[in-house]
Amino acid sequence: MVLELRGITKRFPGVLANDDVSLSVELGEILALLGENGAGKTTLMNILYGLYTPDAGEVLVDGQQLQLSSPSDSIAAGIGMVHQHFMLVPVFTVTENVILGMEPTTAGGFLDMKAGSNTVKDISERYKLEVDPDALIENLPVGIQQRVEIIKVLSREARYLVFDEPTAVLTPQEVEEFFQIVRGLREAGKGIIFISHKLKEALEIADRIVIMRDGKSVADVKPENVSEEEIAELMVGRPVELVVKKKQAEVGETVLAIKDLYALDDRDHLAVEGVSFEVRAGEIVGIAGVQGNGQTELIEVITGVRLSIAGALSIHGQDITGATPRDIHGMNVAHVPENRQESGLIIDFTVTENLVLNSYYNQPYSRGIQMDWDIASQAATRLVKEYDVRTPSVDTQVSSLSGGNQQKVIVAREFDRDVGLVIAAQPTRGIDVGSIEYIHNRIVEERDKGAAVLIASSELDEVMALSDRILVMYRGKIAGEFDPQKNTTTEIGLAMLGGTK
Amino acid sequence: MTESTDTTLINSEKSPPEKPPSNFFARITGINNGWLRSLLIPTLALLVALIFGTVFIALTDLEALELFKEDFGGGLRLMAEGVGLAYKSLFTGAFGSVYGLSETLFAATPLLLTGLAVALGFRAGLFNIGANGQMLIGGMAALWVALHLNLPGYIHIPVAILAAIIGGALWAGISGVLKATTGAHEVITTIMLNFIAFFLIEYLLTVPMFQEEGKINPISEFVPLSARFPQIFGADYRVSIGLLIAFVAAIFVGWLLFKSSWGFEFRAVGFNPTASRFAGMKVQSLFALVMGISGALAGIAGANQVLGLSPYQVTSAFAGTIGFDAIALALLGQSHPVGVVWASLLFGALQAGGRAMQASAQIPLDLVVVIQALIIVFIAAPELVRAIFRVKPPEKEKTQITKGWGG
Repeated sequence: MVLELRGITKRFPGVLANDDVSLSVELGEILALLGENGAGKTTLMNILYGLYTPDAGEVLVDGQQLQLSSPSDSIAAGIGMVHQHFMLVPVFTVTENVILGMEPTTAGGFLDMKAGSNTVKDISERYKLEVDPDALIENLPVGIQQRVEIIKVLSREARYLVFDEPTAVLTPQEVEEFFQIVRGLREAGKGIIFISHKLKEALEIADRIVIMRDGKSVADVKPENVSEEEIAELMVGRPVELVVKKKQAEVGETVLAIKDLYALDDRDHLAVEGVSFEVRAGEIVGIAGVQGNGQTELIEVITGVRLSIAGALSIHGQDITGATPRDIHGMNVAHVPENRQESGLIIDFTVTENLVLNSYYNQPYSRGIQMDWDIASQAATRLVKEYDVRTPSVDTQVSSLSGGNQQKVIVAREFDRDVGLVIAAQPTRGIDVGSIEYIHNRIVEERDKGAAVLIASSELDEVMALSDRILVMYRGKIAGEFDPQKNTTTEIGLAMLGGTK
Repeated sequence: MTESTDTTLINSEKSPPEKPPSNFFARITGINNGWLRSLLIPTLALLVALIFGTVFIALTDLEALELFKEDFGGGLRLMAEGVGLAYKSLFTGAFGSVYGLSETLFAATPLLLTGLAVALGFRAGLFNIGANGQMLIGGMAALWVALHLNLPGYIHIPVAILAAIIGGALWAGISGVLKATTGAHEVITTIMLNFIAFFLIEYLLTVPMFQEEGKINPISEFVPLSARFPQIFGADYRVSIGLLIAFVAAIFVGWLLFKSSWGFEFRAVGFNPTASRFAGMKVQSLFALVMGISGALAGIAGANQVLGLSPYQVTSAFAGTIGFDAIALALLGQSHPVGVVWASLLFGALQAGGRAMQASAQIPLDLVVVIQALIIVFIAAPELVRAIFRVKPPEKEKTQITKGWGG
């Protein structure tokens, strides 16, 4: 009872995405597929799921070769995939989503919702995936939505389940529950492939870990035989610092002051409710919280992208209520936006164009409205070197860079001047360990040079590692202040979910 | 690390999973493509359109169809002769003589100006369907200057053109400001403004300020000699300084888009308004500005139609369908000024050659419209062209189509 990939090679124009990769997973086993973004994990799984045809190699179940030319072939072979971004219809119920594409019908050809609902109940009981079959998806928290995805896969009688970065969207508590579910699935005799770039999780959950780097599988190990450091080194190809090294903060005067701030979200619901705090020079304040608790709106108000409806905001004592993003930028504020591809970069633009995206209108990049692209590209060449952006040239479209290098382009653009305040939202989301290490060090460096730093992240580990003080946001309010030296992850995680200290 | 200056693509994403799907707009306007790839589809589209054109010519050749009944080979030969004659006269009509060439350039002039107007809008993510209305208003503004300001030639023409620029810019600016302040979609407002412009001009041509004395139908007074565009190749050829103005406009648009900070902002907003806003650009004002410049270009085309061609007298039909052909050729030209120049020459050639074809091969001029329409169909449906020519699509597009539980 085994699913095997043998000698898979897949070439894209200019890159070898998979180079003779082999791996196997047995029923009743959890295999973690670990690797940085761009290591070829996703390509490999897309081959397994029938989305890509490999240039060489074969996929076998119990020694029998499979012809996978579409996802339906994979589903028929008992392979199910839970995508990172859920494929659910928000306005449908759980049952409707599960039966979508294989709707049971009664004799007359009518939709048999009862049968569908029974299937859902059946599966959720058998695998202990508690969920209400009649609930609307849009009303369910992310963790439950994920269960629906799992039920969907199980209802198609999958024996092998592939999870693509399943914990990226979950809170620490939800991750725990998710691991329980995965262990339950293993006991029920399913074969699990768990794709991740988070080594801690792989070590915790997996029976076996396959590590990929640059399209090759570089190691196949048992978690009990390796350390975190060893795995990180295998993933990156060099020794990596896993903890952020920083000295004690030398706190100076207040840079950012926020008092009783209120703001609305895009749907005009109150998203920030009476938030007050200060960030002082030389310290890093981290905002922890489950995504969607007002952090996004708070940061957008501070950076001038969103208007507040009440409250006071000041930078260096100067009132910034109603200031535009350009005004804020002019006050030596560096802003690393939450979503690099949506709001941080113009991915169809070149590296050079992105590096001058908020300074192009100034000398030396332009005189009047005449731009000087030679000077811009010289500056870009220097920044690319200084900030270790891996790109074939400064004229390369940013869309063809890896996530980590895209993020470094933003960091280079924002940090390359005398920065007084750094605002960074999800500064390392979805990027490789090497880039995370680099960006963390840069942020600490700015702090040590005397900048005030505010970071918001849904990765509690990141907030813990970087911050001198932690504020937890829950439902638009500050739910408490914590000290990363003294408080534990559990305490903070509880506050993130609305529990009290 | 030792290779910190190493700039090879070690770490590149092999199949960028985060890349948002390229949208239809970006695909048909070609903004997003490598230039070589962007050249491939239009060329193939033109080829397929001409092949389809052949079928149309053949099937409308009644004589040949009649002959099929008695003599199949003869019918076929006659049909081939018909197609050959049609395309031969199309080609020689457009390029076969100095006169043909001049007619091509003459027809290309307003197409180039309006094509640039539409292309500029595309670059900023705006769909300016109102080039026709902007031409009408710009043309009327130029006509007013021509009829009512008594100026010498060297100043009369520039002032008239300036009036056309202002007229077109203001007319398009209405849509721009509406979009900026209320979010009204420019496609709707520009179409509506086309109708308003048309009927406004139909009315204006009946008031004494513009109407020819003694006429009851909407037709203007003759443009005075001092305001007529000089013909650059002599009186036998209809090419006027309008052509030079159009080429200067193309160079200007190229500079604006790729060498100026405004153009940088236009392109940024066109690709990603959110990131542009985060970077401190005033997205709403940019929409208004782009529409204004786009309208100004269309306005110049209007001036060309009013001041640049015989009989130097205007009816409400002076803009024809140029503003709509412009959309087609901006797409064909992939919204790049150089591409638009070539596309307008091609469309100009189809116009000039089409008239010759009508005269010598009795193929209706409508065939040209059919060919133009087919070009656009094939550009808008690159998958179709790829299927016909078996061009392999980039693999990442394939995933986007088949992602999920589609099977």
